Amino acid sequence: MISMAGKAVKRWWALFALPTFIAFIIGFIVPFLMGVYLSFTRFSTVTDSQWVGLRNYAAVFSDPDFIHALWYTVLFTIVTTVVVNVASFAIAYMLTRGIKGSNLFRSVFFMPNLIGGIVLGYIWLLLLNGVLQTWGKSITFSGTYGFWGMVLLVCWQQIGYMMIIYIAGIQTLPGDLIEAAAVDGANRWQTLSKVIIPLMMPSITVCTFLTVTNGFKMFDQNLALTNGAPSNSSELLALNIYRTFYGRAGFEGIGQAKAVVFFLIVAVIALVQNKITTSREVEA
Amino acid sequence: MQKVRQIIITAVAASLCVGMTTACGSGSGSSDKNADGKVYYLNKKPEHAKYWEKLAKQFQKETGIETKITTSPNYDETLRSEIAKSDAPTMFQVDGPPNLEQWKKYGTDLSDTKGYKELTDSKLALKADDKPVALPFAIDAYGLIYNKSILNKYFKSSWASVKSVSKLNNFEALKTVADEVQKHKDDLGIKGAFTSAGMDDTSGYRFNYHLPSGPLFYEYKDNNWDMNTTVPAVKGTYAPNMKKIWDLYIHDSTVPVSAISGKSMSDATSEFALGEALFLQSGTWSYTDISGQSVEDSDIGVLPIYLDVKGEEEQGLNTVTSNYWVVNSKAPKANQKATKKFIDWLITSDAARTSISQDMGFLTPFKTFSDKKYAPKNPIYTEYTKLKKEGKYDVYGVCAVTPSHQWQKDLGNAMLNYAQGTGDWDAVQKVFSDDWAKEYNLVYKQ
Repeated sequence: MISMAGKAVKRWWALFALPTFIAFIIGFIVPFLMGVYLSFTRFSTVTDSQWVGLRNYAAVFSDPDFIHALWYTVLFTIVTTVVVNVASFAIAYMLTRGIKGSNLFRSVFFMPNLIGGIVLGYIWLLLLNGVLQTWGKSITFSGTYGFWGMVLLVCWQQIGYMMIIYIAGIQTLPGDLIEAAAVDGANRWQTLSKVIIPLMMPSITVCTFLTVTNGFKMFDQNLALTNGAPSNSSELLALNIYRTFYGRAGFEGIGQAKAVVFFLIVAVIALVQNKITTSREVEA
Repeated sequence: MQKVRQIIITAVAASLCVGMTTACGSGSGSSDKNADGKVYYLNKKPEHAKYWEKLAKQFQKETGIETKITTSPNYDETLRSEIAKSDAPTMFQVDGPPNLEQWKKYGTDLSDTKGYKELTDSKLALKADDKPVALPFAIDAYGLIYNKSILNKYFKSSWASVKSVSKLNNFEALKTVADEVQKHKDDLGIKGAFTSAGMDDTSGYRFNYHLPSGPLFYEYKDNNWDMNTTVPAVKGTYAPNMKKIWDLYIHDSTVPVSAISGKSMSDATSEFALGEALFLQSGTWSYTDISGQSVEDSDIGVLPIYLDVKGEEEQGLNTVTSNYWVVNSKAPKANQKATKKFIDWLITSDAARTSISQDMGFLTPFKTFSDKKYAPKNPIYTEYTKLKKEGKYDVYGVCAVTPSHQWQKDLGNAMLNYAQGTGDWDAVQKVFSDDWAKEYNLVYKQ
C-alpha cells in the first residue's frame, strides 16, 4: 500500500521539483557544459568562439604560475585540513565535557563563520599588516607570509563550523559503550582513540570532505588578503583561474581549460577522500 | 477530477519555469521600440558616474533619444558580459591601443563625427584598419607633485645645496634635494622625501604603468617610432635611468622598502595631504584626494620626473591618454547613429562641456573646449599649462602602448622584487628586452 505521503509526492512532484530542476539546468548544467565546450575554443565573449582543439590545455600545463598555484594549493589544503580538524575536534571534545559556560564558548567559536570571506580577508589584512608593521613588513612581502596568513584566517573561520559538526557527533555517541570501556579499565587516551574516534568517523568524513574541498576552492579570502601578491606567489588555484580569464586578452579559453582541469582534480580528490574515510566508519 | 488537477499542477509548474526564464532575459524585447535609436554607454569611472547620468538625462530631454549609462567598477568583466547580450552597450571605453586590439571587431568608423573632426590633433584618435574608431576624451598630466612650503623650508636651510626651484631642473639636483631632505627629515618635520611607493593594486600602476612611460618615450624618440603604436620589440635603453629614480623613490621614502608591497594609493595620498612627505608621483586625477586637508592648493606644485637624460632641463610633465570612446559596430544602425549624435552633443553643448571640464575636471583634446571657461580648475593642470608655456616638452604617454596589462604586471613584480631584495634589476631590464616582444606576439600575432 502506498502511504499518504507517497501519494502526495506522486501527485505534486512536478510543482516542487520542476522549477528547481529547471533552475539547476539553467544555472548549473548549461553553464557547465558551455564551460567545457569553451575550454576548447578561443573567445572573448561566450557567444562568439572559435574551435582550437587542445591548444588551451597545452598552455595550461606549460604555465609555471598554474603549476605553482597547484602545489601551493595542495600544501595549503593539507595544512588547513589537518589543523582545522584537529583543533575543532579538540575544542568539541572539551566543550562536551560539561565545562561551565560551554554554550557561550560554542557561540563564540562559531561566530567567525557568520562573516563572509571577502570581509574577513580585509579585516585580517588590517590585523596582520598591523602586526607585521613592527618589523617593517607587510603580508604581501612574500608568498610564505601570504600562505601562513591565509592558513590563520581559514582556521579562525572554519574551526567553529567544524566544531559544531563534531559536537553533534560526540553528543550522539552511545554512553553505554564509553561506560563499558571505563569498566574494562581503559584510560582516557584509550577511550578516545579506540572508542570515540572510530565511532566519530561519519563526522570526520563530513568534516574532512568540507575542509579539503574548501581548501581547494578557496577564492574570496585569497583575493582580499593578498590578491596573489607578490609576483603571483601567493596565488591559489581558483584565483589563478580567475586572473587568467580576466587578466589577459585572449586567455579566456586557457582560463576555461584551467577551470575544467581544476574541476577534475577537486572531483577526484573529494571522491578518493570520501572513499577512504567512509571505509573506516564502524557500527556501534 | 484527478486528471484536471494533474493538468493544473503541471501548468502551474510550467508557468513558474517560464516566469523564471523570462525574468532572466527581460529587457531584450525593448530594443525595437525606438526608431530614433538609443544610447547605452558603459562608463568605466565610478567617480564620474553621477555626472554622466545627469548628462544622459539632459541629452534625452533635448533630443528624445533614450539614453542609458551604466557604470561598473569591474569594467573589463562587465564589458565582456554586456557586449554579448542582445541589448549591448552602444558606446564603451578602451584604455589604449592594445586594449583596442581586443575590441577592434566592435569599433565603428568615427571619421564622420564632430568628435573626430574637432580633435586638436587627429593623430590622437586610435585607428583600426586605417579608420579612426576610438576617440580620446581626456588627457591626464602627471609628474612629481611637491609641497611648496616644505620645499621652501628646505631652500632656506643652511645645509641645503639647492637653493631655488629653478635650479631643480635635472635628476642630479632632484637626487641632491631628495637625499638631503631624507637625511634632515626630522628638522623639516616630515617622515620622508617621497611618499610610500606602494605596490598594491591601487597604487602599483604609478610605477608599472606611468613610470616606464619616461624611459620608453626617450627610446621611441631616439628611434623615431610612432608613439601611438606598439612596436614589436624594445631594448629598454633607458631602463637604467628608471632604476635611478626608482632607487630614490624606495630609499628616500616615508616607509622602509620591506613595507611597500602592502602600501596603497590612499596611504601615499594621505601622507602627502597631511604634509608628511615632500614628493608624490601622481597626476591630475589625485587633486581631489590631496586638496582640502593640510596642504593648501597654492602649496601644490609639480615637477617633471627627471631620469638623468641629456637635455632634460627642457623636459615637462608626462601626459597620458587612457580614456577613449568606441561606438559598438554590432549595435543596430539606428543606435550607432544616435550614439554618434550623443558624442557630438557631448563636445558641443554647453552643459556637457561644463560638466566634463568642471565637474569631472578633464583636460580634453577637442577644439570646442578652447574657451577659458572650459579650462579645468586644478593646480596640477595649471602647472602643466605653465610649463608648456615656458616651452617645455611633454613626455608623451607611451605607457598607453605597452603591449598588455600583463606586461605592466610583470614589470611591477620585477620592480618590487628588486626593491625587496628578492630579485635583481636584470629581471626588470628583461621585462623590457624580452617580455615586451613576447607579449607583443601574444596580443598582435594571434
